[in-house]
Amino acid sequence: MADTPVAAAPAPAAAAKPAEKAKIEAPAYREMPGIPALQPGSMALSRPYVANEKIQEALGFHAKLDDDWQVTHDLAIARMGELLGKSRALKVFMDSCVHCGACTDKCHYFLGTADPKNMPVARQELMRSVYRRYFTLPGKLFPGLVGAKDLTREVLDDWYTYFWQCSQCRRCSLYCPYGIDTAEVTMAAHSILDSAGYGQKYSNEIIGKVHRIGNNLGLPGPALINTLEGVEEDVKEDTGVDVRYPLDVHGAEVLLVTPSADFFAEPHIESLIGYGKVFHAAGISWTLSSKASEAGNFGMFIGNYEQLRKIALRVREAALELGVKRIVVGECGHAWRVAYAFWNTLTGIGAGANDPFAIQLQKQLDPNYRQPSHICELTWDLIQQGRLKFDKSANDHRIITFHDSCNVARASRMGDMPGGQFDIPRNIIRAVANHYVEMAPDTIREKTFCCGGGGGVLTDELIDLRLKGALPRMEAIKEVADRDKVNFVAMICAICKAQFTKILPYYGYKMGMAGGVHQLVSTAIVLGQEQ
Amino acid sequence: MNLLFAILFYAATLVLVGGVAYRIYDYARTPAPLSIPTTPAPTTGSGVALRLFREVVFFESLFKSNLWIWALGWLFHVGLALVLLRHLRYFTEPVNFVIAFIQPFGMYAGFAMAAGLAGLWARRFLVERIRYISTPSDHLMLALLLGIAATGLLMKFVMHTDIVAVKMFFLGLMSFEVNPLPAHPGLYLHLLMVALLMIIFPVSKLLHAPGVFFSPTRNQVDNPRETRRLAPWAAALERKA
Repeated sequence: MADTPVAAAPAPAAAAKPAEKAKIEAPAYREMPGIPALQPGSMALSRPYVANEKIQEALGFHAKLDDDWQVTHDLAIARMGELLGKSRALKVFMDSCVHCGACTDKCHYFLGTADPKNMPVARQELMRSVYRRYFTLPGKLFPGLVGAKDLTREVLDDWYTYFWQCSQCRRCSLYCPYGIDTAEVTMAAHSILDSAGYGQKYSNEIIGKVHRIGNNLGLPGPALINTLEGVEEDVKEDTGVDVRYPLDVHGAEVLLVTPSADFFAEPHIESLIGYGKVFHAAGISWTLSSKASEAGNFGMFIGNYEQLRKIALRVREAALELGVKRIVVGECGHAWRVAYAFWNTLTGIGAGANDPFAIQLQKQLDPNYRQPSHICELTWDLIQQGRLKFDKSANDHRIITFHDSCNVARASRMGDMPGGQFDIPRNIIRAVANHYVEMAPDTIREKTFCCGGGGGVLTDELIDLRLKGALPRMEAIKEVADRDKVNFVAMICAICKAQFTKILPYYGYKMGMAGGVHQLVSTAIVLGQEQ
Repeated sequence: MNLLFAILFYAATLVLVGGVAYRIYDYARTPAPLSIPTTPAPTTGSGVALRLFREVVFFESLFKSNLWIWALGWLFHVGLALVLLRHLRYFTEPVNFVIAFIQPFGMYAGFAMAAGLAGLWARRFLVERIRYISTPSDHLMLALLLGIAATGLLMKFVMHTDIVAVKMFFLGLMSFEVNPLPAHPGLYLHLLMVALLMIIFPVSKLLHAPGVFFSPTRNQVDNPRETRRLAPWAAALERKA
């Protein structure tokens, strides 16, 4: 059975001494991909930069770790108690784990690093041991017996280290007999760390930028206009057709909210070009918004409801201001989770909210469409209606596989049927290209492996973690690349795209191997008469 | 001794029922602020009921996860369920025909239960990853359950006790009378461990039993675009904003 540890674990070389500026390289492919033997502490030194006081204060978080440990301790325990009262998931998950071990071989970070604290149950246990000590009777009476621990500086450091080695991908929750979702525990941990003044620089700085400038990348309005004009020129040059990429157009039918990486990063921008061509070909008026120029919502990664809501409300404001009839979300995994599953709760985009703005929005939005819709839902609907034409042979140089992004796969849906989030993107690819191959069944659809860069770890100082976390996914890609000559991995997530673009070369592939589904659409779509 | 056991079982029952009731109340009153079913998830209430049924009866997620843990865990739980049902004959007179019918199965279910427990315990020693995550209480819990199973089987197959008297004792307790319990070391041990299990149930990982029904990733309907979910504290936040 799959229980015997396989000897060939990836070498922990890079993790052991990151301080010495070790040469960063991808872990070796394993001869027999299986469950690695434990290497305790192999990732103990992998930590993201800590947010400075300015970043923390901008979000209303405690500025820094207090010199008096007792203060930090009390802040953390107080926040933990608050969250336990606010979230049934956290409370039930803290109580329910029986240490059965079903999740121990499911996390890509564990498979890639062999650090036992990256086993989902062990990661949860970092918090559960503190929960037991402060919130349960046996933990107060017999801490050693039940594995309860005082919250010490060392414990909190361990939290910071290992709760920032979770990409909140939920693969463990799929396999847990009680549905315990480490992502929920990780989010709570991040929130507690923020409250204690121990925030993560990358995520918190980005959230600050969203509030200050409007998007994660800090692109101000004029830069957006510039970029979009450039895109229009490029598309005109390529196709001879005037495809528009409008910004802040009042009265447009569709507001497209997309990750800001789509505006300038490769290969993201190729998908943005694709969205515009779809709207153009279908004759749908659309607009981007400078206010809501970011679909991503890092409030989720730091487990902060208030931030999650504040960031999401920009979309509602933009929709009301622009008077649009539909809200459509671009290719971004966690953004789609937030939009699909949380927007209705946070902002009343959807049905059922009763505050004045939500009611106004409900009157304004067209009930004949899903609100919000994913761009893939929109494109697939148009394909089914026969409103888009494709020259599939334009993609003949590509042999394509599809990487399911975790937040789309395990935390959202497309279309009306469960599993639409798997079928619709694949249907689109098959409609626009001739050569499509699936990766191994245990690595696709809801069983998909994270790219290794989600959940707020897409930062350079965590490159070692990102490379190792990508190993299970890369092994599946290698298999189809070797066997079927796959040369294009399609995906619908900005973080996945950025992560793959960075790590593919380490694994010996071209960065251009990763791209968007609408990049494929863009290649094959027939725009009608040239002007 | 009779009185001691009587008091013990009244106390244990009180702790078990009161404790679990409080936990259920606590889970029920704590809001689930966001829609977080692990997808693909059912889009209707009846679909969710079916999903929970499959989880509780067949351990569906565990089956997809790890066949060894599933097989051993399922063997233990089904064995335990049959054994518990079988024990109802000590608490009812006349005995329901269903309970009478399952008596022979329940007898052998004791072995299944013990075998499952032994296998699960073996994993805690043999599999490195499981050894790493096991706490002393995980081992003690298995020891306790296995002890209960072993003493039970011992009384059934090796050192019989006067089960008519045992039944009179428990029927008596149910009408607040204390009848004599057979003086049998195996029985004393068996009952002592059962009472201990009942007492620790509401403060231990045994809470996975009620917990599975309250797990938002399993019990939520996947319909966030159609139905708005709003926790009372989140609604208060909106009013404040």
